[in-house]
Amino acid sequence: MQELLHQVLAGLATGGIYASLALALVMIYQATHLVNFAQGEMAMFATYLAWSLINAGMPYWPAFLLTVVLAFVLGVVIERVIIRPVENAPVLAVVVVFIALLVILNSVTGWIYSYTIKSFPSPFPAEPIFGQYVTSHQGGAIGVTLVVLLLLFLFFRYTPLGLAMRAAAQNPDSARLVGIRVGWMLALGWGLAAAVGGVAGMMVAPIVFLDPNMMGGVLLYAFAAALVGGIDNPAGAVFGGFLVGVLENLLGAFVIGNELKLAVALVLIIGVLVVKPSGFFGKVLVTRV
Amino acid sequence: MKMKYVSIAALLAAALASPTALAQKTIKIGNTNPYSGPASAYGTIGKTIGAYWKMVNEKGGINGRMVEWISYDDGYSPPKTVEMARRLVEQDQVLLIFQSLGTPPNSAIHKYMNAKKVPHLFVATGATKWNDPKSYPWTMGWQPNYQTEGRIYAEHILKNNPKAKIGVLYQNDDYGKDYLKGFKDGLGDKVSMIVKEVSYEVADPTVDSQMVQLQASGADTFFNITTPKFAAQAIRKAYDSGWKPTHYLNNVSASIGSVLKPAGLEKAVGLISTQYIKDPLDEQWKNDASVNEWKAFMGKYYPDGNLADASNIYGYTVAQTMHQVLKQAGNDLSRANIMKQAANLKNFRPETLLPGIRINTSATDFAPIESEQLIRFDGKEWKRFGAILGK
Repeated sequence: MQELLHQVLAGLATGGIYASLALALVMIYQATHLVNFAQGEMAMFATYLAWSLINAGMPYWPAFLLTVVLAFVLGVVIERVIIRPVENAPVLAVVVVFIALLVILNSVTGWIYSYTIKSFPSPFPAEPIFGQYVTSHQGGAIGVTLVVLLLLFLFFRYTPLGLAMRAAAQNPDSARLVGIRVGWMLALGWGLAAAVGGVAGMMVAPIVFLDPNMMGGVLLYAFAAALVGGIDNPAGAVFGGFLVGVLENLLGAFVIGNELKLAVALVLIIGVLVVKPSGFFGKVLVTRV
Repeated sequence: MKMKYVSIAALLAAALASPTALAQKTIKIGNTNPYSGPASAYGTIGKTIGAYWKMVNEKGGINGRMVEWISYDDGYSPPKTVEMARRLVEQDQVLLIFQSLGTPPNSAIHKYMNAKKVPHLFVATGATKWNDPKSYPWTMGWQPNYQTEGRIYAEHILKNNPKAKIGVLYQNDDYGKDYLKGFKDGLGDKVSMIVKEVSYEVADPTVDSQMVQLQASGADTFFNITTPKFAAQAIRKAYDSGWKPTHYLNNVSASIGSVLKPAGLEKAVGLISTQYIKDPLDEQWKNDASVNEWKAFMGKYYPDGNLADASNIYGYTVAQTMHQVLKQAGNDLSRANIMKQAANLKNFRPETLLPGIRINTSATDFAPIESEQLIRFDGKEWKRFGAILGK
């Protein structure tokens, strides 16, 4: 019984990791209707920037904020320089660009910072405040993810800019007609997704340790989380993250064994796509032909 | 990028002279190392060995012959290793391949090297399968293999805590299973002391769930067969969750700088592991002649190399072994004689090995180093304790 509780709590803690990256995936999907495979590596790179700032002597929170800004700029630059030219290319071409971006960011980071793991500081106290099953950082990271979720919700629902971004993604032609600069909205979407990813990276790194491959495994689970919740629904993605985390632990520990944990994520991805492509909370998309 | 020039020079030379004539004047040694990619931290081994041959050549070579070191980057990718090994053997016409790095890359060229009958010597991996002179008479490992190490921990547990309840965490691949096999062999008929064994995949983000399972099994002893990132996670989780078992950590992850520090030194106190080479950071070797010799070598021939990186003293030590084999071969530089000499090392001792450890090989024993010493972490450094264990 105690183990069950411990597994659930550990699952919620890793679920928080998946949720934070799933949020970034949903973010970019909302803004561009594309799934960015390099999202994890962008987050990882931003985390290394934060690590450099903190190592250069900057206190945690200023470094945190500066990293979010830098990640935002990086996202915008990537959209302008790399994604723009393939804007009208077939989807597969774009996917190839995303994968190239993934490999490039991974190798460049390894080249600059080496592949040995680094510890990344946590802004939360070292003393366990949630009992011995969940560290303060894991609890705090879940809190940060929920705050980011709330901010995104408010931004998209209540600000004119958020509305414009949604419009640009859903119907670029009409959006253009009412005077929205669709190109810049896409760039903004990239920037925001990169910033959200940067926050995710800084929350994940103290848990899994910082190395260039830190996000590789996480990304797959984050995909499953985003799909389960509905790829266009931020709250759904966070819910999906927790669900995948807990499910993975319980099935791994009590039902199918640890060898098949990763398979759980893959089965979820395929299952959702086959049975309910819009996920639990996603909107069913109807396209007029 | 000097290595590239060397290889171009080698190609030109090969084009001009027939390989046999060339073999008489220089000794061509081929190698693959991950200078790029996920395992590139180990690339420094290839650079150290290159520097070692430079030193040997400056001092007059081996039996009057210069050593030519041709080292290619395989990025730790097995298909690339195959390509590079073929290039080394067929184009560069090397006498032998030495210290090719990594279990998957070496597995990929294992059959090829033996089919071509080219010595595949002192490969940089701890897998046990390199010690198989019957099926693979051209391949030989060097470092203590994983099974040997697993057996050493098993012996220590049997002696010190015969009632131990053991939990094992292992990476679900050749490397993890090799350790586990040695450990179980060492426990022998007491194998039921293992109350729980759980595995993880390299793609798993964390091993927290596995650690919870081990803790819940009631184990009081923990054998941790993990690579650095997961080792650090496991050390931290074992401490944070209040489990605190007697913790055996495989030598693969015994680095203070890249594992224990990230995990938190205070959480690593009491860890037990093994060692066979002198740790240059260890205070007790401060005035040790062999370590100082190595430091002088690094300063002169590889000044960019990191003195705190154990890979560099490893490269230096293994290169001495190759040096010894070539010395023993004398003027008969046939491939058969090289293998014969590699299998004829008797009580050879590079002084950078821990005191008491000797290298012995024979026609039926292709495992050069088979002993290690246990070490315990005191919060600052590893302290050796007990006798030299193994053969």
